[in-house]
Amino acid sequence: MLTWLGYFGRFGQNFLRGAGVTLELTAVGLAIGFVLGLLLALARSYGSKWLQRAAGAYIAVFRGTPLLVQLFIIYYGLPELGIAFSQTVAAYLALGLNSAAYQAEYLRGSINAIGAAQMEAGRSIGLSKWQTIGYVILPQALRLALPSWSNEPISLLKTTAIVFLIAVQDLMAEGRRAATTTFDFVGIYLAVAVVYLVMVFALDALLKFLERKTAIPGMDIETRR
Amino acid sequence: MPKPILTIKNLTKIYGQNVIFQNLNLTVNEGDTVVIIGPSGTGKSTLLRCINLLTRPNEGQIWLDDLEITAKGTDEDQVRQHIGMVFQNFLLFNHLTALGNVKLGLTKVKKMSEEEATKKAMHELSRVGLADRANHYPGQLSGGQQQRVGIARALAMDPRVMLFDEPTSALDPELIGEVLEVMRKLALDGMTMVVVTHEMGFAREVADRIVFMEKGHIVEEGSPDEMFNHPKFDRTREFLWKITELYGKKEKEAE
Ligand SMILES: Nc1ncnc2c1ncn2[C@@H]1O[C@H](COP(=O)(O)OP(=O)(O)O)[C@@H](O)[C@H]1O
Ligand SMILES: [Mg+2]
Repeated sequence: MLTWLGYFGRFGQNFLRGAGVTLELTAVGLAIGFVLGLLLALARSYGSKWLQRAAGAYIAVFRGTPLLVQLFIIYYGLPELGIAFSQTVAAYLALGLNSAAYQAEYLRGSINAIGAAQMEAGRSIGLSKWQTIGYVILPQALRLALPSWSNEPISLLKTTAIVFLIAVQDLMAEGRRAATTTFDFVGIYLAVAVVYLVMVFALDALLKFLERKTAIPGMDIETRR
Repeated sequence: MPKPILTIKNLTKIYGQNVIFQNLNLTVNEGDTVVIIGPSGTGKSTLLRCINLLTRPNEGQIWLDDLEITAKGTDEDQVRQHIGMVFQNFLLFNHLTALGNVKLGLTKVKKMSEEEATKKAMHELSRVGLADRANHYPGQLSGGQQQRVGIARALAMDPRVMLFDEPTSALDPELIGEVLEVMRKLALDGMTMVVVTHEMGFAREVADRIVFMEKGHIVEEGSPDEMFNHPKFDRTREFLWKITELYGKKEKEAE
């Protein structure tokens, strides 16, 4: 037990550095995924036929194939076509493009739930379609999506662990290095697991806080019917 | 000479194979309250939605004052600000306070300054007796209060005409009165209104004209006295009798 606790002293610096990279990957992937996911959701709900199909196809492809395959295509495949990225950028892209497909689904569900009626209400006072989307639909849809969308940051944080396979120096990579130094695979990876767990708890608390912060009195009842 | 605000000529609306109404004609004069009655599924809501351009008629024309709003190239958003709409299910913006609901069109459509918009919105909320609820969210208001906010939201745009689609049908009986009271006051203030309702007490007292619609046709229209006391058609008499019987009790409770 004491040796195990000692790992946090001995490899603490490395774990912290790795955890920092992991959090960066999560944040950037989430941000890319959110912006792109929102555009995809809007395209699916309000776009022309052609746009709807294109967005649908994107979502189907990125949800229907392993993230690892997507990562390898971006990092190893695209350079053959003359498009090369650093490991970090490839990781950001793979995580972001993949997360976008999932975030689009969360957002689309709640955009549909807010529904055509709110669109009519907005239009009836003279707002344009896109004004109504911006001022009426999205503020409600994003709040409605928040509880289920909150799975995505958590899931993404854990998923980032695969990027050590293209040698990004995240927490997982630091753990692997420590493990090969000590040969105590169980002990080291348990320690790494603990660090992940702490980050997940912190992120979860942050998301709960965000949910409380953005809650509209009485809206719960209104939209969950 | 009464001045027509809304002129509807030969309006036809078809959903798929389903002809909702055909060659419908209706004129609404300035300051008038026209009450439309008729069984459900008759096309009353569809008619209001056509007037508001929320849906496009297949044929026919609608004029708002001298402007043909069904003409190609009409700026729909521009037209809609001049036609207020009050929905059966209120359809307030749930993420905004009562004040926010009324202000949104003022700041985003009329491009008023924050300060101006607040002043105007508060004025509209007082008109419906809800100044003290300005900072409540829809989820914190009763149905009757929500509908009054809905009315204030439409009024704030200074519409030429207000459309009401069964504004009290979703309300508990004890909340109907407060909404009808606001509408009655509006009519007295000279607002031009088209009201779809089953509230016969309101129709009798407030309407300048009652229009009885059935299966997409206007069967008969006339003053409340003509319609209630000397209807030309048996269908009108039967419908009025049935609806008064059905809703009369509810209305008494409301008073
Ligand atoms: N968007 C729509 N698509 C197809 N049919 C519709 C649509 N809206 C209304 N209808 C049909 O039009 C008819 C008239 O409906 P409505 O105007 O709501 O009647 P009312 O308001 O008099 O009860 C109904 O048969 C309804 O099913
Ligand atoms: Mg209706």
